[in-house]
Amino acid sequence: MNPFATLLLRDVKLAARSGGSAALALSFFALVATLVPLGVGADLRLLARVAGGVLWVGAVLSALLSLDRLFQGDFEDGSLDLIALSPLPLELTALAKITAHWLSTGLPLTLLSPLLALLFNLPGPATGVLFVSLLIGTPAVSAVGAIGASLTLSLKGGGLILPLIILPLLCPAVIFGAGAVSAALDGLGARDGLGLLAAFAFAAVLLSPFAAAASVRLNLGS
Amino acid sequence: MQFLFRYANPHNFMRLSGAVLPFTAIATALCIGTALYLGFTAPPDYQQGRTVLIMFIHVPAATVAMSIYGVLAVCSLLSLVWRHPLSDTAARAAAPFGALFTALGLFTGSLWGKPMWGTYWVWDARLTSFLLLLFMYLGYMALWNAIEDEVRAARAAAILALVGAVNIPIIHFSVEWWSTLHQGESIVSGTTAPVFLAPLLIMMLGYLLLFVTLWMIRIRTAILERRARNLMQGVS
Amino acid sequence: MNFDMGAYGIYIWPAYGASALGIAVAVVWTVAGWRRAKAKLAALEKK
Repeated sequence: MNPFATLLLRDVKLAARSGGSAALALSFFALVATLVPLGVGADLRLLARVAGGVLWVGAVLSALLSLDRLFQGDFEDGSLDLIALSPLPLELTALAKITAHWLSTGLPLTLLSPLLALLFNLPGPATGVLFVSLLIGTPAVSAVGAIGASLTLSLKGGGLILPLIILPLLCPAVIFGAGAVSAALDGLGARDGLGLLAAFAFAAVLLSPFAAAASVRLNLGS
Repeated sequence: MQFLFRYANPHNFMRLSGAVLPFTAIATALCIGTALYLGFTAPPDYQQGRTVLIMFIHVPAATVAMSIYGVLAVCSLLSLVWRHPLSDTAARAAAPFGALFTALGLFTGSLWGKPMWGTYWVWDARLTSFLLLLFMYLGYMALWNAIEDEVRAARAAAILALVGAVNIPIIHFSVEWWSTLHQGESIVSGTTAPVFLAPLLIMMLGYLLLFVTLWMIRIRTAILERRARNLMQGVS
Repeated sequence: MNFDMGAYGIYIWPAYGASALGIAVAVVWTVAGWRRAKAKLAALEKK
């Protein structure tokens, strides 16, 4: 099996084993979706209007939870040094880790979203748009998140710095994703928003591995 | 490029900046003083009334705040690509001023917005991007402080600054797209009458000179601090 | 020089006040940092 697939599978297995990051992210996502109506009130029309934004923000925050461990675990026990020495280019290593992260958080969050959309009284077509937007957009969250994770991998208590660094960078994804849902609600086409989101996600997934690899290299010390 | 590297030597920088500093400091005071005088003696604006006075301190602050990020990005590039020795120090030294001017820009802009357009805040492309710029400065400074090893911190911060620089136009575009989608209010920026242009531009120059002056002092301070550290560690 | 701002004073003066304060703090902080570094280095070099 090629090294990319090996690393990918290993990371997914690790994520599944260590306290199940998918379960954590899903629970957090569901809790946020519960908390907001409690705070904002049970007006179903209002909730439908804010659903896109709330669920998008919730998904981003939930995906953030497991990001700081993306490189840190391997860094701490020395495996990252070994991985860096392997024939697999560091950029592909980063891409493998990004994919693993998405498979263990972004994808589950996307799959849960239609159920949560129900809590917000989001109509069918808009829910479909929400699902597609998260499907396209969560890879971007993992990708951009990997940049932050690699920059902060040497920090023990790096907890809050990671969100501070990457949330501004993720604004376009939230704007395009939630904007697409909002457009669908208003009867305007969601195609523009989804298209822009796809372009952003494509660029993010394409370019982030380079930034992440550069950051890993500088942390492994030259 | 050779020119830049000649002053990459801390010793040369100390000499050059030491010579230039008194002039930039005086020029700063002169510009700001003149701009204030011109601003307060100008007649009230036809549309804005006396609130045009806020424009004289808001636009310079916002402009300089954004320029400083450009400076930061260039220094980061010099640091990463050409390993220019002083650019790490220069970038780190610039950031706090960037954050300050962004905060001032946001505050004065909010106070300008209320009498002018009836609201303290609006989520249009310019304001939103500007708010995010503040967060980006804070994140940049936090990263520098968090990583203990100076060399690593410098490189990490440089990468962050460049990634952020790429993202700023994307953010701006995305918010613009979003606000046209919702037919939001657009900020009408008319033309500025000539009598107001003078204090505005002079104040902008003043703010810029203020940054350059303080920036040079901070870089000099950092150079001295490094010398002190080297002495303490017994390195000559 | 006309300092009568009419109704707008409540916006204009805080804006100017905050800007002046911010600039003053920046100047003081920068200069104090310089003086401290200079003194520390001088003390070390004297040894």
